[in-house]
Amino acid sequence: MHLGESTRECEYSQISTRSSTPMETPYKKKTPKKRKWETFPGRNRFYCDGRIMMAKQTGVFYLTLVLILVTCGLFFTFDCWFLAEQLTPIIPVIGAVLFLFVIGTLLRTSFSDPGVLPRATPDEAADLERQIDVANGSTGYRPPPRTKEVVINGQTVKLKYCFTCKIFRPPRASHCSLCDNCVERFDHHCPWVGNCVGKRNYRFFYMFILSLSFLTVFIFAFVITHIILNSQRIGFLSALKDSPASVLEVVVCFFSVWSIVGLSGFHTYLISSNQTTNEDIKGSWSSKRSKDNYNPYSYGNIFTNCCAALCGPLPPSLIDRRGFIQSDAPQLAPPTNGLPMYGSTQSQQSHKCDQDQCIQSTKFVLQVATTPLLQQQQSSEPVILSPENGASLPGRASLALGGPCTSLPLGQPTPPASTPSLSCHEATDLLPIHGHPHNHSHPLQEQLAHHHFLTPEEVPSPPGMLHCGSPLGHSHTMQGSFYNPASQDSLHEDSVRGLVKLSSV
Amino acid sequence: MLSSMKEGCHDPKTKQTQLLKPGRRTKASGVFHNLQEMQHCASLVTKVFIQRDYSEGTVCRFQTKFPSELNIRIERTLLEETVKTLNSYYMEAEKIGGQSYMEGCLACATAYIVFLCMETRYEKVLKKISGYIQEQNEKIYAPRGLLLTDPVERGMRVLEVSIFEDQGSAGSSPSSTLSSDSSAR
Repeated sequence: MHLGESTRECEYSQISTRSSTPMETPYKKKTPKKRKWETFPGRNRFYCDGRIMMAKQTGVFYLTLVLILVTCGLFFTFDCWFLAEQLTPIIPVIGAVLFLFVIGTLLRTSFSDPGVLPRATPDEAADLERQIDVANGSTGYRPPPRTKEVVINGQTVKLKYCFTCKIFRPPRASHCSLCDNCVERFDHHCPWVGNCVGKRNYRFFYMFILSLSFLTVFIFAFVITHIILNSQRIGFLSALKDSPASVLEVVVCFFSVWSIVGLSGFHTYLISSNQTTNEDIKGSWSSKRSKDNYNPYSYGNIFTNCCAALCGPLPPSLIDRRGFIQSDAPQLAPPTNGLPMYGSTQSQQSHKCDQDQCIQSTKFVLQVATTPLLQQQQSSEPVILSPENGASLPGRASLALGGPCTSLPLGQPTPPASTPSLSCHEATDLLPIHGHPHNHSHPLQEQLAHHHFLTPEEVPSPPGMLHCGSPLGHSHTMQGSFYNPASQDSLHEDSVRGLVKLSSV
Repeated sequence: MLSSMKEGCHDPKTKQTQLLKPGRRTKASGVFHNLQEMQHCASLVTKVFIQRDYSEGTVCRFQTKFPSELNIRIERTLLEETVKTLNSYYMEAEKIGGQSYMEGCLACATAYIVFLCMETRYEKVLKKISGYIQEQNEKIYAPRGLLLTDPVERGMRVLEVSIFEDQGSAGSSPSSTLSSDSSAR
């Protein structure tokens, strides 16, 4: 109808779902609604349909779990009987309680969202860009690094702009390069728990290391007691031969005690002064910097600081992993802001990135950049991620395969499984790289990101302009052809299978 | 005015676009009777973002500075009032006091299993906030062609204010529609 056509032309971006065009309907009917974790841009792994969230490299976490389970298993099997008979049956009970607490807090630390900040929507990013350009005045090829200064409790704090997440990071937040997320109140990335430690899981992490120190000391003490008591009866060497498991336990506990108790002590200090590992290492609030330097976040006394860190309110997760992707949200700017990053980091060709994958992705990026997308911000994520997912084969279990390409290539070792040190903190060569790498590698990423900002920006229409509905069908079919849910499912299955195998140990 | 608006709008049930008589200005821009009406009839013009205010640390607070783009749409005091109320809600959620300690200790003692049955105080306050925002949208912002988005949906980074314009007058320039808006008021 004539009038119907004219209204369709005049409708720019509608909020409500219009009657679907013939091209759209078949696509929508075929694919089920996706949950947000499936298109999460960070380099995390999700299990149990988004309920569990971990970092990409989880090998060391399994090692931690195995060490704890095996040591405690040996303790309960071989030493507890003797101790229960000779001393008191309360010993295994206390041991069991400690063990359960350790496992509970470990799983809670590893599986929960550390306080990831969701990335900016394209509209927000465009708005920020405009504000920054206005402030800077020039739009040179390499604009200066973007920072904002804010005065908190009398201290000047610099807020840095995160090029990956396109936000100004709140104070105390930091971008974890391993997980490729900005995390609130970022402490450090702990390979032993297989996750970042941030605002939402710091208390669990602290309770984990505290209870683990008690457990380690407990087992160490009672295994020694067992050997001594036994050797009084049958001699030292016979006692050792009698329970070889005890020897193993002593060795494990001996080495663990030093690192874990040390780490607990360190974190107790951090909590009482309300600092993060990140801040302590950088010496942000150290009086050595200047006489007037003090921690603006501290409450003044140790007790309040401890209570705030451990018993304070627990904010809910901001990333809404299990929510469904809404495709109806109105959008102003085409999602060009997400593209340059992928385009630029594709060209880095890091050793982790498969060459074919990168080339394919770059081709896709250029294709997408030349086609104005009416897709809303959430569903734009699969547009960016899908070619990598589709191209990759089950070997890479990462959901956001832009990940390997976006990882900062400068001196990033493969995770810390290779390091011999036992504790999170003592591996000081580890933390500066993983926890806050930006000091060193940020400028490179900034430059590259900016280098490519211009290209896609020139191509689609400027943010102010509103698009007609006609390319909608086209972009849907294009998306459909790239998106391969089947391969994602198989990757997911592999990861879950790995977890199930472990639990059967 | 109301009847003309209904003629030119969506029927939400059938989700069909209605025919707009060409050349007929259905309504002065920005004057809608309810949220649903606005959502179905209006087209998005621009979005204004109210950023976080970090001057008091990491607590959740939004800047009360009035964005200039909204000068023509809404009175300064109304928006400031909304932002201040939101800030007070967030402060209440993040308050460290007796109740939060009790909740924390109870949770720790029960190995956090208690949160399977019970909501944390923060979550309760967030629900209150979304209810408040919904109410504000319906009463104050929708009639002015604005829509507030709950900050939780934007990762607590910004308070997003979407500015809408009436579909019928979408072709005309904002300045002309605004002059009719002021005359209509």
